Amino acid sequence: MSHTILAWSVTIAQVFLAIAMALAALRMFRGPRAQDRVLALDTLYVNSMLLLMVFGMRTGRVIYFEASLVIGMLGFVATVALAKFLMRGEVIE
Amino acid sequence: MSVIEHADDLPAWAALAVSFFLVVGAGLTLIGTIGFARLPSFYERIHAPTLGTSWGTGGIVMASMIFFTVLATRPVVHEILIGIFVTVTTPVTLMLLARAALHRDRAEGNPEVPAEAPLTREAEGQPAAGE
Repeated sequence: MSHTILAWSVTIAQVFLAIAMALAALRMFRGPRAQDRVLALDTLYVNSMLLLMVFGMRTGRVIYFEASLVIGMLGFVATVALAKFLMRGEVIE
Repeated sequence: MSVIEHADDLPAWAALAVSFFLVVGAGLTLIGTIGFARLPSFYERIHAPTLGTSWGTGGIVMASMIFFTVLATRPVVHEILIGIFVTVTTPVTLMLLARAALHRDRAEGNPEVPAEAPLTREAEGQPAAGE
């Protein structure tokens, strides 16, 4: 019983997060301006981080936690660099 | 549906709690991203994904902590690192992005954004820019 509940909820969470990633990708392709695309990339980073955590619960391995931590850090750095680029036109001054 | 073999000895209350937090977190992330895809202007859109970075991340981190703590029968709290990190970094990135977008809109003379107030311009005209 508890096993069935858990399997269903993990599957539902994965489907939700996959739909969310598809919507963010849609906005990244459509997005009228550059800041929309950068924000869509940031959303995509966060959603993939959460998807990896759910995947780690499904497989029961800790390696996925480390992968999602790395993805979160890379997303932060990438978004900050892109925002700086949009503001100034260059990343390193 | 594939089977989660390693969680066979998870008690029912833990399975219920984990499922609740998991579905709430993923559902809130989905709602936030739907809002991000549908809202009309950038300054409205920038609010929507924060649903995923606040309670979406919080719910999934909580579910993962309960799951691994009950399975390992010892406290497993390293997932809180991701929660703290996301909570700290999201305001920084979105603030920078919104300011960059505002700067771009003002540089173009977009009539939808308010002009820069003279007071803030004077305050920022000091060496505070530092760049």
